Amino acid sequence: MVALNSILVELTEDEIKEAKRMLGREPNNLELAMIDAEWSEHCSYKSSKPVLKQLPTKGPRVIIGPGYDAGVVDVGDGYVVTLHIESHNHPSAIDPYGGAATGIGGVLRDILCMGTRPIALLDSLRFGNIEESTHSRWLFKHVVRGISDYGNCVGVPTVAGEVEFDDCFERNCLVDVVCLGLGKIKDLVLAEAKYPNDSVILVGGSTGRDGIHGVTFASRVLTEKSDEERSAVQIPDPFMKKLIIEATLEAIATGHVRGLKDLGGGGLTCGLSEMADKGGCGIDLELSRVHLREKDISPIEIMISESQERMVFIIEQGYEKEVCEIFDKYELPYSIIGKVTDSGKLIVKMNGSELASLPAKVVANAPIIYRKAVEPDYIKKIRIVEKPSLPSNLSSVLLKMLSCPSIASKSWVYEQYDHEVGVRTVVKPGQGDASVLRLPNGTFLAIKADGNSKHCYIDPYNGSAGCLSEACRNLVSVGAEPLAFVDHLQFGNPGNPEVFWTFKESVRGLADYSKAIGLPCIGGKVSFYNEDKVKNMAIKPSPVIAAIGRIEKQEWITTMNFKHYGNHIVILGETKPEMGGSEYYEYIHGLTGGIAPRIDFDKEKATMHAVLDAIRKGLVKAVHDVSKGGIAVALAEMCISGGIGASVDCSKIPAHDLRIDELLFSETHSRFIIETDDASIDEFLSIMKKASIAYNIIGKVGGDTLKFNKNKEELISIPLSDLKDSWLNSIPKCMGENE
Amino acid sequence: MKVAIIQFPGSNCDFDTLHVLNKVMNVKANLVWHKSDDLRDYDAVILPGGFSYGDRLRAGIIAAYSPVMKEVRRMAKDGYPILGICNGFQILIESGLLPGALLRNSSLKFICKWVNLSVISNKAIFTHKIKKNNLLRMPIAHNEGRYFIEEDDLKELYKRDQIVLKYADEYGKINGRSNPNGSIDNIAGICNDEGNVFGLMPHPERASEKLLSPFDSDDGKMIFSSMIEYVKER
Repeated sequence: MVALNSILVELTEDEIKEAKRMLGREPNNLELAMIDAEWSEHCSYKSSKPVLKQLPTKGPRVIIGPGYDAGVVDVGDGYVVTLHIESHNHPSAIDPYGGAATGIGGVLRDILCMGTRPIALLDSLRFGNIEESTHSRWLFKHVVRGISDYGNCVGVPTVAGEVEFDDCFERNCLVDVVCLGLGKIKDLVLAEAKYPNDSVILVGGSTGRDGIHGVTFASRVLTEKSDEERSAVQIPDPFMKKLIIEATLEAIATGHVRGLKDLGGGGLTCGLSEMADKGGCGIDLELSRVHLREKDISPIEIMISESQERMVFIIEQGYEKEVCEIFDKYELPYSIIGKVTDSGKLIVKMNGSELASLPAKVVANAPIIYRKAVEPDYIKKIRIVEKPSLPSNLSSVLLKMLSCPSIASKSWVYEQYDHEVGVRTVVKPGQGDASVLRLPNGTFLAIKADGNSKHCYIDPYNGSAGCLSEACRNLVSVGAEPLAFVDHLQFGNPGNPEVFWTFKESVRGLADYSKAIGLPCIGGKVSFYNEDKVKNMAIKPSPVIAAIGRIEKQEWITTMNFKHYGNHIVILGETKPEMGGSEYYEYIHGLTGGIAPRIDFDKEKATMHAVLDAIRKGLVKAVHDVSKGGIAVALAEMCISGGIGASVDCSKIPAHDLRIDELLFSETHSRFIIETDDASIDEFLSIMKKASIAYNIIGKVGGDTLKFNKNKEELISIPLSDLKDSWLNSIPKCMGENE
Repeated sequence: MKVAIIQFPGSNCDFDTLHVLNKVMNVKANLVWHKSDDLRDYDAVILPGGFSYGDRLRAGIIAAYSPVMKEVRRMAKDGYPILGICNGFQILIESGLLPGALLRNSSLKFICKWVNLSVISNKAIFTHKIKKNNLLRMPIAHNEGRYFIEEDDLKELYKRDQIVLKYADEYGKINGRSNPNGSIDNIAGICNDEGNVFGLMPHPERASEKLLSPFDSDDGKMIFSSMIEYVKER
């Protein structure tokens, strides 16, 4: 932090020099504060930009890729979906309720300002050990409540998500929110100010001191003093947001909205300069017109305030009245704060006198930082661990696995979210590996978010590719063909070469997977500085992926619950002794280390194609991908959701010389468990044979017990009611709600 | 016939209700902004779910004072069907058109899940075509849905057959286990003494298409078709 002429900025000496060079003069205090916001890591991606270039961003259905507020994908018949991911990690760590709620507010605006209606939210959450830590339970409870109160009120269903628990998130919880939008190609709006003399209108919440320095706060590590920075957390108002959504969509329908941007990180400064820069224009701004929440707020504070629920509209000259009548209908505050110019500059005035004049392109030209990357010492050491001894009672191990909070049912979470509003949710939370929404053109869209920081810690390259793989497998499991993804890359301090190495490896893994599968990345975010000085702990590398897929026909939609007595259970894919980062090693044996699952891209692709082919031919009754907890957990989940048992012969599982616990709990990728019936089994198997993937019939659906045998020896036998009890009641019990 | 779906600031099931009436029930319906003071074109009124005025002060109370409610009161008095779903039920209670109160769920959490409803009375226009003790499957999604009424008034409700729906289990048993929110006597929906004003916490508009039901059911339609048939026969 540099103290300069009595204001505090995070800019380095070199960056200040570069700013002077670009301006050809000394910046004044206001200009310096504006550059500080624009060049924060959060807004400028100055550390991550060169690395992110590896990701493929083009695809036949991609209309708009990274660089705008949300990615846009063509879903046919003139309709598009938009997708974006955001996090609110730092704010949620000190104010879980407000932080999580405003996180949703931000991502909703990103979808809205593309001209599309937000139709679904997903949440990926990461906390410390809720079985032992009161602090983590407090964070978990209030983050979920914040999402519930905000998402439910604003009328956008929360349709899916995931939750992971690990000690490394004890203070730095991760709160990722994904939003999906729906609209028509012809109604898309960009965040651009393209036509001089158009009016700049600020709509929504008044500008106050909340969220001052939010971006610079997010670009630092947490310290003991972080709790004193609550003013950096914005105040949520979902009711205002609901009105903004409806008013914005009505305004767009007039045809006179020529640019639209939400005000998030960096407030007016970043929002306006980005619009001017993208449109190749300038903006003259009159600060006295901005509607304020408090009186004695300074120009600097107005320019960098991150007060919530604000949108900037660029309205075609002459149609201001028509559009403002819509804002009046919804009783939304608004003010005409400026005009688009051809100056190429963002000029800030107060009552006519000029306070700042910055070239709009400053925002896009933060000096890139080429960070050093060094492989951390732990990576090599951690790969070699001694196998834990084989537990004698595998039934009790499986029950314990089912009660592991990262595996157990998340109904405690998703029942607090309205996942039905909008009457689009066809496959709901808990019914399938991904959620499925109907689209107005008669097709369906599947969506899922995934992450696995335990795998990524041991092997950032394969772990990250694995997160993307899991997301794709989840889409395939409900019958969807993957279309595109967004990523959110969450790491510690990038100034630490070891952290930066894990970041680079993670992006390389995502890039290799997406290139091999042919899946474009249409947007994303990077969040660094997820560490806390108090415990001197950085989070494990935590990329979170949200992927969408398309289902053309209703009859292709597939769920995970076992359906009928006597049906065959088939496993696809070979099981390998890849136990590193598995819930079995971590939760049962307290062991961090070993080889994390790796992906064979060709096998992965072949398996996914074969599953989709079989689903489309109507040969499949139920599908579940194998991930956290391995085959044993996947089968238990299919039994619990189907209310029916199964018996499985472990000697039939394709594998080379694995110990029984490895066979049951390994988290090897590219595997699916399929239920199929007598009439379909032959054709099903011939598809798998043609695909040259490993497969075998491993058992049958039926009874009220889940049984695992090896040849004739019974290894596990658990009544359905016990499976249910462990899986369903674990999180309520942790949260002190014994039933 | 034509149905008015009232839009308050913060309503969020307005479009869903419109969709079901237009596309599933094939009935004319319009969205009507809450500032309207004339509903003479309409044969029935629906107050949809959502968070009118962001649930500020108390769920439904600010909307109860919207200009349109004067017209809703007139139509209620004149015997037109008035349906309040979720937040709409809260508004009907706050405006005095239905008795009792809706308190915070006993779990102190928002609850979104599918429940079974036992039809207790077909006095309401909205259930008059449904057999008593039929089980209807619908989702609930609310934070303040715990119905409460003083004991004497509760007796009066029973006496006048105004208790329309109760939460039940999948076999129709009405007990503590099948009560999702702590409502008194498992009450999920009530009507006025005349049977034309009906409020319920569950969402029939989310349960009117088999595609959206985990049970391949479309029981919500029965509520709307009872209303439609009543208007046609009137």
